[in-house]
Amino acid sequence: MSQSNRISGGQIDRKTSLQFTFDGRSYVGHAGDTLASALLANGVRLMGRSFKYHRPRGPLSSGSEEPNALVHLRTGARQEPNTRATVAELFDGLHATSQNAWPSLKFDAMSINDKLNSFLTAGFYYKTFMWPAAFWEKVYEPIIRRAAGLGALTKDEDPDEYDKGFIHCDLLIIGAGPAGLMAALMAGRAGARVVLADEDFRMGGRLNAETFEVGGVAGADWASAVVAELAATPNVRLMNRTTIVGAFDHGIYSAVERVSDHLSVPAAGKPRQTLWRIYSKRAILAGGATERPIAFENNDRPGVMLAGALRAYANRWGVAVGDRVAMFTNNDDGLRTARDLLAKGVDVAAVIDSRQGGDLLPGIRHLQGAQVIDSSGRLGLKSVTVRLADGKTETISCTALGVSGGWNPNVNITSHHRSRPEWRDDIAAFVPGTGGPAGLSSAGAASGAMSTHGALATGQAQALAALADLGFAAKADELPRAEDTPIVISPLWFVHEGKGRAWIDQQNDVTVKDVKLAHQENFIAVEHLKRYTTLGMATDQGKTGNVLGIAIMAELTGQSIPATGTTIYRPPYTPVAMGALAGRSRGKDFKPFRLTPSHQWAAEQGAIFVEVGNWLRTQWVPKAGETTWRQSVDREVLATRRSIGICDVTTLGKIDIQGTDAGAFLDKVYANTFSTLAVGKCRYGLMLREDGIVFDDGTTARMGTHEFVMTTTTANAVTVFRHLEYCRQVLWPDMDVQIISTTEAWAQFSVAGPNARSLLQKIVDQDISDAAFPYMGAGNITIGGLRGRLFRISFSGELAYEIAVPTRYGDAMIRKLMAAGAEFDAIVYGTEALGVMRIEKGHVAGGELNGQSTALNMGLGKMVSKKKDSIGMVLSQREGMNRDEGYRLVGVRPVDPTGSISAGSHFMEIGAPVDLASDGGWLTSKVYSPHLGCDIALGYLKAGDQKIGRKMRAVNFLTKTDTLVEIVSPHFFDPQGERLRG
Amino acid sequence: MIINHPILGPRDAQEFVYLGDANLMGRPDGMTAGIEAFHDYLYNRDNPAGAHRELWYHEQGDRSWLVVTRNTVTHEILKVEMARDVARAGGRSK
Repeated sequence: MSQSNRISGGQIDRKTSLQFTFDGRSYVGHAGDTLASALLANGVRLMGRSFKYHRPRGPLSSGSEEPNALVHLRTGARQEPNTRATVAELFDGLHATSQNAWPSLKFDAMSINDKLNSFLTAGFYYKTFMWPAAFWEKVYEPIIRRAAGLGALTKDEDPDEYDKGFIHCDLLIIGAGPAGLMAALMAGRAGARVVLADEDFRMGGRLNAETFEVGGVAGADWASAVVAELAATPNVRLMNRTTIVGAFDHGIYSAVERVSDHLSVPAAGKPRQTLWRIYSKRAILAGGATERPIAFENNDRPGVMLAGALRAYANRWGVAVGDRVAMFTNNDDGLRTARDLLAKGVDVAAVIDSRQGGDLLPGIRHLQGAQVIDSSGRLGLKSVTVRLADGKTETISCTALGVSGGWNPNVNITSHHRSRPEWRDDIAAFVPGTGGPAGLSSAGAASGAMSTHGALATGQAQALAALADLGFAAKADELPRAEDTPIVISPLWFVHEGKGRAWIDQQNDVTVKDVKLAHQENFIAVEHLKRYTTLGMATDQGKTGNVLGIAIMAELTGQSIPATGTTIYRPPYTPVAMGALAGRSRGKDFKPFRLTPSHQWAAEQGAIFVEVGNWLRTQWVPKAGETTWRQSVDREVLATRRSIGICDVTTLGKIDIQGTDAGAFLDKVYANTFSTLAVGKCRYGLMLREDGIVFDDGTTARMGTHEFVMTTTTANAVTVFRHLEYCRQVLWPDMDVQIISTTEAWAQFSVAGPNARSLLQKIVDQDISDAAFPYMGAGNITIGGLRGRLFRISFSGELAYEIAVPTRYGDAMIRKLMAAGAEFDAIVYGTEALGVMRIEKGHVAGGELNGQSTALNMGLGKMVSKKKDSIGMVLSQREGMNRDEGYRLVGVRPVDPTGSISAGSHFMEIGAPVDLASDGGWLTSKVYSPHLGCDIALGYLKAGDQKIGRKMRAVNFLTKTDTLVEIVSPHFFDPQGERLRG
Repeated sequence: MIINHPILGPRDAQEFVYLGDANLMGRPDGMTAGIEAFHDYLYNRDNPAGAHRELWYHEQGDRSWLVVTRNTVTHEILKVEMARDVARAGGRSK
């Protein structure tokens, strides 16, 4: 079987033969073919099985509206499910396989569903699987999911790259048929920046599929000449293989360009697809129209096809779908297909025309007033049964049937901003409604101008209107001559005869019966109809079925179609691969991370890193012989408390605040007072949200009378800065205060432990003795002449400093510190040891700064000054936030020192039931303290300040632990703070 | 969406952070207003279908806070002002 159905003509390159396989069998097609046209040329009509009933199906269409011919394309990691064979461009070596069929396409075990169809009607799942509830998840759903469905995903990672891009233009033209080409020609010649996008690989739209002449030459040749002129116009960008998938606000459109889908493997450095964001000042939708079928019994057999598709396969691809074809139409366009096929020498058995009267087609058996009432052929059409005008029936043998129920303008994108399409009786179709995306107009068949002349005229007119808006001078040219056939249609939506199923939405297996059932059960509103029957909910979004379903409902209710209304379309116009949406944000690039200045040095030491916010920080640094993380962390804590530990704290937010009102400004944003802070000193600051909940904390130093340096937590570095800008610009617009983030400007290291001063004095040029640089001191220093900053602050509870140098010296600084610290056995500690030491000191951090806790909860209630106005001061005084029985920060340790407690445990009274009513609060952070030799934790306990010394249970259902604990002060270590003042 | 920044011209909305109703500019004075006034200020909002004044922050840009008047039905942006100018005009200069 070698291209048995190939006929003459078409825009394929017969000199280039392409080998491909479908379900393991080899075929040959030509360059310019789609997978569907090549299979049809080889006599293959059966390409898939339907979603619900597993009915044998072939292509219904020749374009992106295809509901049936969905296949797996390619093999291995590149395998792609649900690819429409009608738009898959053929390439040499293409492998396609059918989906939703087992064991084979010709014998599908699940076609038993077809026999059970009387049970599987609309609402079947809702009605049948109501009870018992537990059965739904465990029994029904898995079975249904296996039986129903589309293609299967490969579980392998996609080896191709996807990209994102941005384009700015004056005018975006969507669709390169006669209307779009005419508009592009006008705008291109006028000098506007034009993007012309078309989903097809060949521009020209329907001109490629028709035999019309435009300006005295074949339509396809006119299109080629226009495309050639546009290609030579530098201000015009032609984008074929590019689908505009959505309209967004302010002239922004998204587009998917299938850069490499027509190749077996993308060229080196090229993405598979690119997701474009197109910024346009004006846009014209010239997306054409989609033909709709007429529903009749068994109208879904392979070989039954839209008449316009049959015509396209013959004219564009040189394929006769059947050796003997028939036509079923309610309008003149169906007659055109018969004429074109006859001219190509195809045997046209009959034209079944539902209309009475009018001229008979010459040379063809034209049966007026007749309807197709049934068809036969299990795996492909063999014959149709026709009810003739005189009431008799006749069986006509044919292997292809073209059905034409009229054409629907492709209004989809105009309704992306909720504009509802409007019905036009004269063409029996919905056209774009008012209130669509601002700046978008429509032309050609998409606007209801169905003839070639109408397309050229509206394309030109809309381009001129857009150009006038944009300020380009342009005037109308004489249009090339083209056909201007009027639409002559007598709507027929479904054939009323017959007891069997007549398909409306072939992809979701929705039939006329389902619409009737929805009507009978009062799901009459179009939105109910859609959801009850799943009409138009498949990957094709009902491009061929929606209007049919709505019209049938209108007929059943006796309402007009405009009174029945229509559902609207949402983006995307056609399915978009997840890879295109992800672009390059995959794997490591999904969320970039930042490296600290000492990262390189830490990596050399074999440090273990952890993601903290956007940063990678050292978690711990294992030494030889340490086999568990706890050994490393315990050692780092003990070494720090014994001599010196150094930690990179660059990740903390740093904000320089300057101006004559800097102190007053800090009084506004911090709950405590800063205007009284002496120059050269630091203070711990507590920042509230306006609702009185703690927002952030950190130390802020006064470097000069009008100069402060604020630190924030790592997590809130960005949001605190945003908040300060808000306070400065919006709330107090005339305060003299300037701020700048210096988080990236300074490499900052904490040097903690009893020998910290001894180490730092070796490298700092100034005197930093306790007298010269007391506890909470701050100042500018030099390190061998290099400018730096020194703060005597402590998070660990030890004598500690934070020393900062310009970031580019960060790597040198850590090396210098470690060299100078060698004589003190200085070590570097990571975030785990940092956590242990801060919990030993009772300092709050992430687990306690949880966005729900007040200063009072944290035991810091006295810090909120009521002598001045600050953010959150007033609302922190609300009664409910100041109850004595509210949560208070407490320390927790197991009564049995060898016992283990877990973060997230809830406090329960001994002897009380373990239930919500008895819940006393929860443990926020827990560590093992090598200093105390047992687990310790912080937690929020109701009235916790009155429960110090009490024994309670810490219960955790997740870790299944229930530990007897003692409530203690949160300050486990050196509660008087003697060490840090040393 | 595109926001026409008064200084920088049209910028993609992705560069901005949204805060909410521009009534947040009218913060009462904490030394004179009580809890009730702050409660109204912080929690009570109109939810208009139509023109809505809202605060946007040009975080990936010049760090300006802007007052954007936007139609919540059509997303049309009717006006964009520097929040500081609006605050001053509203009597927040002290």
